[in-house]
Amino acid sequence: MTGMPAVSRHEHSPAHPLAIHDMTVAYHRKPVLWDVDFDIPEGNLVGIIGPNGAGKSTLIKAVLDLMPKASGEVMIYGRPYREQSQRVAYVPQRESVDWDFPVSALDVVTMGRYGRIGWCRPVSRLHREAARSALDQVGMADYAERQIRQLSGGQQQRVFLARALAQEADLYFMDEPFAGVDAATEKVIVALLRRLREDGKTVLVVHHDLQTVADYFDWVIMLNMRVVAVGPTGSVFTRDNLHKTYGGRLTLLDEAAEAVARSPQ
Amino acid sequence: MSDWSMIDTWIVLTGMVIAMSCALVGNFLVIRRMSLMGDAISHAVLPGLAVAFLLSGDRHPLPMFAGAVAAGLLTAFLTEWIRTNGRMEADAAMGVIFTTLFAIGLLLIVRAADSVDLDPGCVLYGAIELSPLDTVPVGPWEWPRAFAIGLVVLAINVVVIGLFYKELVLSSFDPEAAAALGFKPRRIYYLLMALVAVTAVASFESVGSILVIAMLIVPGVCGTLLARRLPGVLAASAVVAMLSAIGGHVMAIGIPPIFGFVDTSTSGSMAVAAGILFVGVFLVAPENGVLARWAHQRSLRDRIRCEDVLGALYRWHEEHGEKGPVVRWPELAARIGLGPTQARRIRRLLRRNGLIGYVADDAVHLTGEGKRQAAIVIRDHRLWEVYLHHQVQLPADHVHATSEALEHLTSDGMRRRLERDATGASVDPHGKVIP
Repeated sequence: MTGMPAVSRHEHSPAHPLAIHDMTVAYHRKPVLWDVDFDIPEGNLVGIIGPNGAGKSTLIKAVLDLMPKASGEVMIYGRPYREQSQRVAYVPQRESVDWDFPVSALDVVTMGRYGRIGWCRPVSRLHREAARSALDQVGMADYAERQIRQLSGGQQQRVFLARALAQEADLYFMDEPFAGVDAATEKVIVALLRRLREDGKTVLVVHHDLQTVADYFDWVIMLNMRVVAVGPTGSVFTRDNLHKTYGGRLTLLDEAAEAVARSPQ
Repeated sequence: MSDWSMIDTWIVLTGMVIAMSCALVGNFLVIRRMSLMGDAISHAVLPGLAVAFLLSGDRHPLPMFAGAVAAGLLTAFLTEWIRTNGRMEADAAMGVIFTTLFAIGLLLIVRAADSVDLDPGCVLYGAIELSPLDTVPVGPWEWPRAFAIGLVVLAINVVVIGLFYKELVLSSFDPEAAAALGFKPRRIYYLLMALVAVTAVASFESVGSILVIAMLIVPGVCGTLLARRLPGVLAASAVVAMLSAIGGHVMAIGIPPIFGFVDTSTSGSMAVAAGILFVGVFLVAPENGVLARWAHQRSLRDRIRCEDVLGALYRWHEEHGEKGPVVRWPELAARIGLGPTQARRIRRLLRRNGLIGYVADDAVHLTGEGKRQAAIVIRDHRLWEVYLHHQVQLPADHVHATSEALEHLTSDGMRRRLERDATGASVDPHGKVIP
């Protein structure tokens, strides 16, 4: 990966909420996502689709510096992530945390304000009110004081979304927010996504239900170990591209990844 | 108990400050589901003490302290390193690391004990009974050294946890979100491990390396059973810690004489007291306690049986008409499958709530309120039958049993949706009228 020429295939506009340039991500040195390179223009709802193991969550985690990049770079509004973390909100998969944890729904949403509050400073009333209003926006105001264990799966997902809202970010990453939620929650999430778009926010959503892709998303990123296609849903979400995305793994790429993992450092 | 002295008061106070500092940091181990790390660090402190002692040549507290804390952090670091690089479960990694370090410490101490007064037994079990004899001047007072150290460590824990409270909570609950927001969860993790190590070292002399784990974990476990939010958990665990210290010493000096023995070990009794407190909390905790869950189950079961009786009476009236033959309670109870004791309970419950009435000879009938509630049960049952038949497309002769179960579990929201889906239906799939 290191020997690659550092020549940009095309210019990245600094205004773009997200610009990824030649990024390869490896897990235990084994590449799982190869040469990702695209820009996302502002104010779009973007679906990230692909089969299991395609690297959808990995893409998000690499952008957020939660996983090391083997090569390449990521720009958020023209600057590296660590300078822009306040402008980026992340909704992890619901199963990634322990819902028996002794905190209330409001406590979790308040965590979205921590970045603004900063190290070692207490949570002021103002921030708690902001958290409360975020809970209200997802229809969970009545559940503010509940311990998170007492919430249904859909309600827990809404709490996670409210936490991202409370952060008042410009760019949102959501990892499977629709997974295993009830119909009411699905409606709330869709309405929320549209409201965010009206406010000029950019939202990237890992999504599984191919039926609703055209309905929910303006743009789509089709992944399978590499980017198969990126662009406006109307022109990119085609039968041909779906076949390339879901038509099985590239076995040679798999083999190459194993070889890279075994190669000397 | 009559000869309680100042010594006993000091022992209890020392036990209390130690137990509370342990409980405070221990809570975070418990909610992070890494209780074993408390065990690992408290054991690994031993080689740290031994090496510091062998290097410095005396028992000066500062090098000993630094050595022990360093060993604790080394355990946390090695565990983390083996886990990520060896692709191993954390508990397996810990099991390898701390037993090895502890054994090395034991060897070094046994070796060193030949030349100086470092007692392996004391290291393992502590000697809180002797702590009041070793005092330090604090202002105008003479305090036991162990108490003074315990108080300082408690203060350190309160200040550090207070200062980093929100960072600790976030990085314990959702380390990825913490990292994404720019809080360094790894640094917070090692800060917590450092606090555990400092606390373990300070508690070492009094309760020993083996029993400190009880003080780290048991109060936190009780706290999570007793409270729903972390501040409540911390407060509850502090109370449990204090009670363990008091109860432990009282047991140590109070119980053995009853059987004609001399006093037993206070640190051991503290751990036993904590265990007894845990059993109590486990039984009586609201919501999560065994008794609360048992009572909840029982009341749910009673409600279902009452509803079954109401439904059966409703059907009887429906079949035979209001003026038809009477039904006798024993028959009815037998038909629903109630044993004699259960039947008496359920009948008492139904009569107390004014749902059934009695005429002569055990003949029962529904009261006005009973009819109203029975109609709701039957309505839910038949709405479910309609739903299961028409929406889920089960054959009509397969919907009764499922509806029988669901009729007791129908919430208002579910009922509204059932009604919406069954618009127009006035009878169930068997032709019975939906009330």
